Amino acid sequence: MTPVLETIDLSRRFGGLTATDHVSFSLERGARHALIGPNGAGKTTFINLLTGALRPSGGQIRLAGEDVTRLAPDRRVKRGLSRTFQINQLFPEMTPLQALALAAAEARGTGAAWFSSIAADEPALARAAELLDRFGLAEFMDEPTSRLPYGRQRLLEIALSLAGHPEVLLLDEPAAGVPEEERADILKIVAALPEEVTILLIEHDMDLVFSFAERITVMVNGAIFAAGTPAEIEADRRVREVYLGEGGDE
Amino acid sequence: MSGEAKPSTLEAARASLMRSAALKPFEYLVWLPLPLLIFLFPSKAFLLNEIAILALFAVSLDLILGFAGIVSLGHAAFFGAGAYTAGILAANGFGAPLLGLAAGGAAAALLGFATSFFILRGSDLTRLMITLGLQLILLELANRFSGLTGGTDGLYGMTVDPIAGLFSFDLTGQTAWFYSLTVLFAAFLFARRLVHSPFGRSLKAVKGNRRRAAFLGIDTNRRLVAIYTVSAGLAGLAGVLLAQTTQFVSLDVLDFHRSAEVLLVLVIGGTGYLYGGIFGAVIFKLMQDWLSGMTPQYWQFWIGLLLVAIVLVGRERMTGGLGRLAAFLPGRPARRAAKAPAAGGEDAP
Amino acid sequence: MLTILFDGFAYGMLLFILACGLAVTLGLMNFINLAHGAFAMAGGYLTVVLMNRYGVSFYLCLPAAFLVTALAGAVLERTLYVHLYDRNHLDQVLFSIGLVFMAVAAIDFVAGSQQQIIQLPASLRGRFEFFGVSVGVYRLFIIVICGLLTLALQLVSSRTRFGSQLRAAVDDPSVARGLGIRVSAIFAVTFAVGSGLAGLGGALGAEILGLDPTFPLKFMIYFLIVVAVGGTTTITGPFIASIILGVADVAGKYYLPDFGAFVIYTLMVAILIVRPEGLFARSAAR
Ligand SMILES: Nc1ncnc2c1ncn2[C@@H]1O[C@H](COP(=O)(O)OP(=O)(O)OP(=O)(O)O)[C@@H](O)[C@H]1O
Ligand SMILES: [Mg+2]
Repeated sequence: MTPVLETIDLSRRFGGLTATDHVSFSLERGARHALIGPNGAGKTTFINLLTGALRPSGGQIRLAGEDVTRLAPDRRVKRGLSRTFQINQLFPEMTPLQALALAAAEARGTGAAWFSSIAADEPALARAAELLDRFGLAEFMDEPTSRLPYGRQRLLEIALSLAGHPEVLLLDEPAAGVPEEERADILKIVAALPEEVTILLIEHDMDLVFSFAERITVMVNGAIFAAGTPAEIEADRRVREVYLGEGGDE
Repeated sequence: MSGEAKPSTLEAARASLMRSAALKPFEYLVWLPLPLLIFLFPSKAFLLNEIAILALFAVSLDLILGFAGIVSLGHAAFFGAGAYTAGILAANGFGAPLLGLAAGGAAAALLGFATSFFILRGSDLTRLMITLGLQLILLELANRFSGLTGGTDGLYGMTVDPIAGLFSFDLTGQTAWFYSLTVLFAAFLFARRLVHSPFGRSLKAVKGNRRRAAFLGIDTNRRLVAIYTVSAGLAGLAGVLLAQTTQFVSLDVLDFHRSAEVLLVLVIGGTGYLYGGIFGAVIFKLMQDWLSGMTPQYWQFWIGLLLVAIVLVGRERMTGGLGRLAAFLPGRPARRAAKAPAAGGEDAP
Repeated sequence: MLTILFDGFAYGMLLFILACGLAVTLGLMNFINLAHGAFAMAGGYLTVVLMNRYGVSFYLCLPAAFLVTALAGAVLERTLYVHLYDRNHLDQVLFSIGLVFMAVAAIDFVAGSQQQIIQLPASLRGRFEFFGVSVGVYRLFIIVICGLLTLALQLVSSRTRFGSQLRAAVDDPSVARGLGIRVSAIFAVTFAVGSGLAGLGGALGAEILGLDPTFPLKFMIYFLIVVAVGGTTTITGPFIASIILGVADVAGKYYLPDFGAFVIYTLMVAILIVRPEGLFARSAAR
């Protein structure tokens, strides 16, 4: 079976720095895959390349077997590749309801309609309401996003990426910056993501990584350093040295 | 994740979205008395006409500035394109007003479409320069091809036929006022419909965070091209109205101060909720009428002072008085969110 | 032909001195100051008043124009501009257009709307032939003065401590702050110097560019072209952009007199379409 998402020799340089170094990586359908690595290892850059936020300096990206290396981000989204951002990328002035309804309508292909009303778009509305409920955002549905507590903003970040029923979801440190007491909500959400969605998770929280992932890839200095099952990674001496050893449990 | 929403959430969501798009009582208060103004101030028909034209121009700017976040210093390019198209038609025997409207609006929209591709990339400064530059290029061209446009003397000899063969433009300016008001109303309805459509809402998303909008699958460039084209077309209509109701077009329609002025008008009334253009035009024109009555030459000084004051006090607060009516107006909850800790995060480079 | 090149070069040098302050404000504070031309106008009018009313020598007027406008710039920066650095570009544009309108109307009120004439000292008038090129003495004077200033700017920015702090601040204000550089003091000094240079440019340029109350509006676009095309990360960028602009404008008006400034507007738009960040922007990372 072809992997849903695959890179071949993918590279990206920033001036003299090679942030992604000939990475060949693949994601099987339905996978629960974690990508870990020290700060500055190039994890976010890798996601940026996969989703089209950055252009690679070399190599190829294949989505469901098709070459998408040159495709614009929105086209990749339309093909089922969705992501969240390490630093929230939200619409400060819109309410969660407006943003989610918009995202759902967009995925249905009704997002560019000039003269219909979004309130009349039943499926989009239902999807937005469902996500509001599931993410505990219903009580905030009419608040401008900028006024939401940070933890709720973080949840909205994930909810937005799910609104369009993606096939592949790339989560860039979903729990980053979330205070301890709200962390549990995020972990629960991540654990309960629908089975059919293929997930690549970047995370520094090793408890979350090891409870979630079936496979783990370790990235160091832009290159794949090790890959395997959680047990293999945990047992890998070199990984412990470069990563787990130096206070991996932050 | 194919769960179902709680019925209560679904209902609340539906109600909330319908509420924000529904006609508010306030809107009737704005529109119903307007046609009657002429009977209250019969001698001010020309001023009223100018207000309607300026309002339409400002509303068109709001579509790109308030809804899509495009800062333009050259919106008069489209105003001028509309005005000259209608003017040249009328000076060459095609004086039917509705024909002029259609042609002028279409010409401006076409120009907007063609130039929209230039404002997609780069910084705010780049956009300012390109919009301003294009307007200045048009100005130079209009000046150069004086055979067609009349150059610095202006375009004389327009004959504008009666509207639909029935209502001729009279010396009292009444016809002009009703004509401009009707066009303003129709264009406004169109714009209002547009901003409440999924398309319009996606524009606000593009404005709020262009990068994330793209990651919802929105083709941001196409949306911007579309709204820029529409906005240009409406600005063109405003230009047509000025040409037809004054039966004169001069290089002034393409002047920088016209672009600056419409920006000011919109800022006075507030951006991003459409009515700002109308309120701004009313306030601006009345003020101009009053101030230039006192010191005709130095009226510009007071505009300048007003601009500086508005910015220093804060646009949000200054237009807050109008904004408080927001509760009744469509699509405003956003404005309350002024400057809370940014949820947008880093800018897309 | 060579004469056009020479005149264009002089014109470009002048534009550079007028606009380099704007480039720094933009690069340093990310502030779009459309009112920059008002400082130039102030320098020009100061010279007119000093010369025509008080009979001060032109050579003395130049430093006076620099000092007075620099002082005015410093005062305005500390009282008004400082509040606007963290505002969005729309606010900055509105604010500075407001200042321009006020300046235009105020000068009109005080000095009237007519063109002001500066009587150059006899030693600066006339032309001479130099290998077949007709060289205007005053244009040569402008080239020399502006050339020296450009050199001085280049030296200050590359050789002095202030210069390196300035470059660090332009690169990344927050990092510079972290390094203990007093960014806001640097803002104030550069703003003042930039305004002063504009004032000096206004005094020098009154003869060539003309001087009337609409000066800031008329030349706003020229200054903006310099920074938009030249970028704000170096001194060389705006300098080269100024020279291109000067030569293109003089040549355009000579060869295509009917089209006025059409040539340079078109050139600018074309450049910005191809390179939205300007000709000399550091290659965009993305
Ligand atoms: N736009 C850019 N320009 C230049 N360098 C960049 C850019 N983006 C990232 N880098 C550099 O690339 C390297 C990898 O960064 P990246 O953000 O991908 O790391 P990361 O693994 O996500 O780190 P973290 O765990 O801190 O999020 C870093 O050294 C970073 O400074
Ligand atoms: Mg990262």
